[in-house]
Amino acid sequence: MVMLAVAFIAFSLFRYVGNPINNMVGQDTSIAEREEIRKQLGLDDPFFVQFGNFVIDAVHGEFGSSYRHRRPVSDLLAERLPATLELSFFSGMIALFIGIPMGIYTALNRKSVLSKIFMTLSLIGVSLPTFLIGILFILFFGVILQWLPTFGRGEVVQVGWWSTGLLTISGWKALIMPAVTLALFQMTLIMRLVRAEMLEVLQTDFIKFARARGLPTRSVHFRHALKNTLVPVITITGLQFGSIIAFAIITESVFQWPGMGLLFIQAIHEVDIPVMAAYLVMIALFFVVINLIVDILYFFVDPRLRVDRAAV
Amino acid sequence: MKNTIARAADSDLWYSFRRSPIVMISAVITLVIVSTSLLAPWVAPHDPFNLVSIDLMDASLPPVWYADLGDSRFLLGTDDQGRDILSTILYGSRISLIIGMASVTFSLILGVALGLVSGYGGPKVDAFIMRIADIQLSFPAILIALLIDGVARSILPRDMHDQVAVYVLIFAIGISGWVQYARTVRGSTMVEKSKEYVQAAQVIGVRPIAILWRHILPNVMGPVLVIGAIHLAIAIITEATLSFLGVGLPPTTPSLGTLIRVGNDYLFSGEWWITIFPGIALVLLALSVNLLGDWLRDTLNPKIQ
Amino acid sequence: MYQLTIKHMRIDFPGRHGTLVAVDDVALNLAPGEILGIVGESGAGKSTIGNGVVDLLEPPGRMSEGEIFLQGQRIDNLEENKIRRLRGRRIGMIFQDPQTSLDPLQTIEQQLVETICYHLKLNRREAFQRTIDLLEQVGIPDPAIMVKLYPHQFSGGMRQRVVIALALCAEPDVIIADEPTTALDVSIQAQILDLLKKLCREKQVGMMLITHDMGVIAEVCDRVAVMYRGKLVEEGSTAKILGDPDHPYTQSLISAVPRPDVRLHRFPLVTNIEEAQEPQVTLDISTHWLGKERSYAKLDGPLLSLENLCMRFVTKTAIFKRNRIYLDAVNNVSFTIEKGEVFGLVGESGSGKSTVARLITGLYKAVSGRVLFAGTDLTAINRKRDLDPFRRQMQMIFQDPFSSLNGRMRVLDIVAEPIRFHKLAESKREVREIVRDLIDQVGLEGNSLKRYPHEFSGGQRQRISIARALATRPRFLICDEPTSALDVSIQAQILNLLKDLQDQLSLTMLFISHDLPVIRQMCDRVGVMKSGKLCEVADTEKLFIDPQHDYTKHLLGLMPKFDMLSLKGLDMESSSSQLF
Repeated sequence: MVMLAVAFIAFSLFRYVGNPINNMVGQDTSIAEREEIRKQLGLDDPFFVQFGNFVIDAVHGEFGSSYRHRRPVSDLLAERLPATLELSFFSGMIALFIGIPMGIYTALNRKSVLSKIFMTLSLIGVSLPTFLIGILFILFFGVILQWLPTFGRGEVVQVGWWSTGLLTISGWKALIMPAVTLALFQMTLIMRLVRAEMLEVLQTDFIKFARARGLPTRSVHFRHALKNTLVPVITITGLQFGSIIAFAIITESVFQWPGMGLLFIQAIHEVDIPVMAAYLVMIALFFVVINLIVDILYFFVDPRLRVDRAAV
Repeated sequence: MKNTIARAADSDLWYSFRRSPIVMISAVITLVIVSTSLLAPWVAPHDPFNLVSIDLMDASLPPVWYADLGDSRFLLGTDDQGRDILSTILYGSRISLIIGMASVTFSLILGVALGLVSGYGGPKVDAFIMRIADIQLSFPAILIALLIDGVARSILPRDMHDQVAVYVLIFAIGISGWVQYARTVRGSTMVEKSKEYVQAAQVIGVRPIAILWRHILPNVMGPVLVIGAIHLAIAIITEATLSFLGVGLPPTTPSLGTLIRVGNDYLFSGEWWITIFPGIALVLLALSVNLLGDWLRDTLNPKIQ
Repeated sequence: MYQLTIKHMRIDFPGRHGTLVAVDDVALNLAPGEILGIVGESGAGKSTIGNGVVDLLEPPGRMSEGEIFLQGQRIDNLEENKIRRLRGRRIGMIFQDPQTSLDPLQTIEQQLVETICYHLKLNRREAFQRTIDLLEQVGIPDPAIMVKLYPHQFSGGMRQRVVIALALCAEPDVIIADEPTTALDVSIQAQILDLLKKLCREKQVGMMLITHDMGVIAEVCDRVAVMYRGKLVEEGSTAKILGDPDHPYTQSLISAVPRPDVRLHRFPLVTNIEEAQEPQVTLDISTHWLGKERSYAKLDGPLLSLENLCMRFVTKTAIFKRNRIYLDAVNNVSFTIEKGEVFGLVGESGSGKSTVARLITGLYKAVSGRVLFAGTDLTAINRKRDLDPFRRQMQMIFQDPFSSLNGRMRVLDIVAEPIRFHKLAESKREVREIVRDLIDQVGLEGNSLKRYPHEFSGGQRQRISIARALATRPRFLICDEPTSALDVSIQAQILNLLKDLQDQLSLTMLFISHDLPVIRQMCDRVGVMKSGKLCEVADTEKLFIDPQHDYTKHLLGLMPKFDMLSLKGLDMESSSSQLF
């Protein structure tokens, strides 16, 4: 459903925004030649046939050629994909593994000084635009201290079609700043979310009843409260994970990281429609996959869903 | 009137405001930035867009506290074209604020209207609107804004695009933000709808539109305003990000984001002030708006005390 | 030796508008095997005592004075860690709402075994065995199977049994039960009360039962303590307190309890309670807005008659019609209401009585059947505009006074809305005068007009709600549980007001309630509903003395037995003592 809607938008973009033929041929092409190309491209077919063809091509990974690079879009994306995935994966991990404990801590120790510091930091984190964090990092660690490289992925090694930066020291060094930059914003969001959800759960009757049964605080907090907190957190974290890939656009363009986001930004500047459309479909695919994973996780965590489905 | 003031002074809102120094400081900062930037043409020391007053001899001067190079006319130094940084910041935040507020208003109206319809209308209308909202929500706002800007860019010729860039931005940021309002309003509308005062109005015979307008809308606006406050900070940041990525405002009418983008090129040559000062202004503005919104939410939500 | 002794307990809630003393100088004793009822109206501080004993007060509440002894050992000065070990181990707690008291993500077994293991230092297998035993004791069938389930798979009554098992699992000396049956239906309520009573006797546990419900007190308590605004006003055996109370507050509280055995003309005016206001001036109804001529065509038959009314809700949606699952909320219901009559509709929650009201007013559309109002079939009218004249004649009073008034509107606008909508007044001034009259009539002060609903108490809000319902000068009034959210003393006032209005305006009323004693006080005829069906319709007096349908007998049997209640100073209309 989501995929179809996105494919539709992407197709409309492809078909109606700008004239594809103008973009493909030179100024001096005759009208007859243009007509010929129109036919070849199937632009005279009825709308639904065209849309159908587009979807079929998209399923096969065919998005046509980039106007600027003069190469198939699918090749371009495949080339850039590993860089973006590595970056997103690491920043996602950073965000989760720091954000969730911080959220739990601030919810359980609301009055402590450390919580207040965390909360203030998180607000600053939300208010600092990602690109500005990147710039500050570059200025500090790259220009002044000269510890870390300010752009690119460092040396990459090809493993099959996958090019990885994780096998070289320079690759790791180049990864640190972009990954942390990208993670900071997500981390603060996750932390605030976990905190809010946990506070809500701590107010519920069953927590009060668990206390009234004299259960140890550790059990009340971690066995009962935390598990209930995680149910809504999973959904939103899933969505966040998706948005990391999109936010990578900013990080990639600050650090000149050769990923899909950078490609997309350049495509927008150059009005390179096939790249834009393909990127869009690609991102949608990610979201659908992530949503699926979230649904499955949900199913395992929440017995209410499990039983209801079993009963039906 | 006097009564209203007395009640306001006694309210919990004012009480918690008075007790929180951080909130008071951020209120002051917001007020200062908002008033100076809105009054930029009168308070700014220079007019950075008046070509007559710009002298390339003044280009790239550091801030005044660099004793040997600083120039007392330019408090925070100048950029590569000799424009006063302080003045460009004031004009820049003016544009940032205007775009932020306009896009928040836009998505607020759109979101509230759709939320009301979705919450009060039948299940089919609701399912339709919420389906769109879900799909849109799977995409981060920034991506949608980028896309809209990309489309606008490809439809419009370049010089024309620069002229309407402000409106494109407002539309792009506004359209990418309505979902949150719509969801919140839908949720509270459904709660309010089941309350007995709505049924009482229905028993009287009041028509749905009037019930929505007179009864439900005033009762769902509280959370909406809080979201609005927080959304303002997000909108300002989004605009800055778009401009930084080069798809926002052109350098001829720079917002804070454009200023940072322009300055970013000079970072490596040591002229850090061109990019850092607008950056600080942006963070201060976003932070204080965020703090205010956050405080408003915590105070108005009695559940978490 | 007492199980629990409280001396000079005082609990404060410091706030910015000064300190609120929630509990003031309260002393109580609780013997083994005894059930001590703590009764009082909302805000009397009764729940605060319970939370104070186990040190679970909501911040910023704190116990500022007093001593608490558990079997002679002082516990209020223990450190946090030690008092926590007492909770569950020696003092068990039961809360009001079984829907939310259990962790939704853990099975019953996990929750019980965890608690047992922690308190009794048993190994898993022993703990599991004890879990099964406990569930058997609290009356859960097939405990070995049920124990693997999650809370949401249990009904409300079953969940409350699990909660009781959890409170009992370490053999505590004292149980504090805070409104343990308020969220349950009457028949379940009776079972749970029996269970609690039995367990207390068998295990010689002392129980503190906190409730607002005199019926519950009469049913199970040995002794009663009456709370009024944080203070303990009277304490004694249940028979003494209910039958021959000394304190004026207790007296007025008892006199306000609706009784199943006696029909009162009016409830006595309760003096000791706040906001006891009756209309100060006797209004001359003939010059009054409400008294004005109402020109309706002369009516031969009944004012309202329902013919084979049916309504169903979809409980499970599906694309194909045959896969949908429906709930028959109202199933083939027919009855008539004569002009000037008060017709009662009684039943447990989910019996469809409120749905009937909403079908009559047109809030829901019936699947089949007819609603005849003054001879016109309302279900046949399709245009909203054509319904308006009937809406004018038919108004409704709702259950929850906190949600039935729009918090953003002034009282003036709330009451004036029907007048303005139906264009019943010529000018703004006239609207204002009418509203002032109405507000007078329901016993509120004239300066109420400019204020907002949150400035009023529950009873006052219900009066505003009544004023709004009267604003169109209706001849038919539907009261949907109009007093079930109110304290007894306020309930008495509102019922009095409704009786007065009915007399003066010769209104026809449909009175819906789950509370049989209230029905007896208010209605001329009664219909009994169960799962969407109408079981029996009879004159009120006849129904209470000689019920025909089995379900009616069952319901009547569940009514609290108030035979010990004092009859002092009551203004009786009729009585019957053949109750069983």
